[in-house]
Amino acid sequence: MRIKADVVKCQGYGNCVGVDAKHFDLDDDGLVVVLDEVVDPSEMETVDAAIRSCPVSAIWRAGADA
Amino acid sequence: MRERAVIVGSSVGGIRTAQELRRLGFEDDIVVLGAEDELPYDKPPLSKQLLLGTQTEDQISLLGAGGWDGLQLDGRPGTPATAVDIDERTVTAGGEEIEYDYLIIATGVRPRTLGGLATNESVVSVRELRDARALRQRLAGGGPMLVVGGGFIGAEVASSARALGADVTIIEALEAPFARAVGAEVGGHLASLHRDNGVKLLTGVGVDAVKQTSDGVVVRLSDGTTHEAGTVVVGIGTMPNTEWLDGSRIPVDNGVLTDASCAVQAAEGVYAIGDVARSIDKGATVYRRVEHWTNAVEQAHIVAKQIIDPTSPVPDARAPYFWSDQFGTKIQMVGRPAESDSVELRRFLTPAGEKTVAIYGLRGAFAACVAIGWPRSIATCRSAWERGASIDHVVAELETLSSGASVGLT
Ligand SMILES: Cc1cc2nc3c(=O)[nH]c(=O)nc-3n(C[C@H](O)[C@H](O)[C@H](O)COP(=O)(O)OP(=O)(O)OC[C@H]3O[C@@H](n4cnc5c(N)ncnc54)[C@H](O)[C@@H]3O)c2cc1C
Ligand code: SF4
Repeated sequence: MRIKADVVKCQGYGNCVGVDAKHFDLDDDGLVVVLDEVVDPSEMETVDAAIRSCPVSAIWRAGADA
Repeated sequence: MRERAVIVGSSVGGIRTAQELRRLGFEDDIVVLGAEDELPYDKPPLSKQLLLGTQTEDQISLLGAGGWDGLQLDGRPGTPATAVDIDERTVTAGGEEIEYDYLIIATGVRPRTLGGLATNESVVSVRELRDARALRQRLAGGGPMLVVGGGFIGAEVASSARALGADVTIIEALEAPFARAVGAEVGGHLASLHRDNGVKLLTGVGVDAVKQTSDGVVVRLSDGTTHEAGTVVVGIGTMPNTEWLDGSRIPVDNGVLTDASCAVQAAEGVYAIGDVARSIDKGATVYRRVEHWTNAVEQAHIVAKQIIDPTSPVPDARAPYFWSDQFGTKIQMVGRPAESDSVELRRFLTPAGEKTVAIYGLRGAFAACVAIGWPRSIATCRSAWERGASIDHVVAELETLSSGASVGLT
């Protein structure tokens, strides 16, 4: 499974970074950067929590084949 | 046999519960009761993007493109729940008694009103979509705006109204606005942000009387001065929407009392989440009601997990987290500043300039922080809070993150 992000939607709150700083960060413009697109199944819970925490649904999961 | 989950309240707590139930594999019936006659929408943008016009009503919808059907929800807007019977396991709504196996209480809060004064066209609170719509129209019409109460929602409305060119005054009973939430020091810092952006602040005064005039209102303050305004925005706190539970034996005391898994102990199959819930964290001794968006979202997840798998472990306490946008600056709070006994305002030198973070302590331990315009610092603060790190550790980690030394105390 992979992580996708839409920087046009992103409002730069960093909620996702607050939950999972391993997979998400903010760039110099304060917009989301996916640090590691590929997620190990053991880290899925944390990634899901980060996805939930985004108030504008700017990050989501895509299937392995996406 | 098919089971039925009845969710009362169709804002972020309620809708996220439905979405999480479906995501985790609940295939049975889900009924969602909503008091408002609207499709579910999200609230944080009401005082920010929606008022400013940078987001549309469509963009703050909570259901997504598929609407109710996309998640096979039996959504019933304009149908408030009026009673619960925990023995028969029914909820009364729209003249019908709906049986439930699981009942999720997500009815949120409503604004307190100024004593003796009904809200009307010119005296408003911002809680619902129709409030934001009406306020947006009034702002377009001009006229000075008075914001009564120096809380976050009032501050955001003030900020949005200034951006639209309105003349704005905030009236706060305490000596510093925002002091109730973040203390006088940070309150003072935020007050400067407002003053620098042209908001007038009147502190240490209360509202004695509000009189309606033909084209607005006249407000008399406790210091004897009077102020004319086209619109008065009232942001003086909230009350949980629990009256519909009266007589149900569901325990209510400034919110519905629940355990750390959001379950109501006295009533089987009943949960409460979000702004209306007063829950007790694992290992904690006090019940707290939390009016933060992230709290509602996390509790929705916890409840859905409980329903799918009643043996799922009691969740650990997460760091309370709240954000606010004012004058283009993000103000973010981790932990509980209101439960602290010390605060230091520290400045950190980052490549993007100097950033201020207030660090709060309680009996020498790290209790909370408020970051002003530095979203990247939130991850550090949150994980430090959850690990129970010391204040020195938090400062050291923030220094590393800023890739410089902290410039010192302000
Ligand atoms: C203007 C504004 C700005 C905000 N900004 C931020 C922010 O920047 N960051 C942040 O963290 N938080 C913010 N918040 C707080 C956040 O929006 C709330 O914590 C969140 O909405 C709580 O969700 P909830 O579902 O628990 O309750 P609510 O959103 O209050 O929803 C409860 C719903 O239940 C309905 N209801 C009530 N009684 C009944 C009944 N008897 N039957 C059926 N339905 C009923 C209500 O109509 C309402 O739609 C803001 C809130 C507001 C109002
Ligand atoms: S939580 Fe959402 S809006 Fe905030 S930084 Fe992450 S992706 Fe962007």
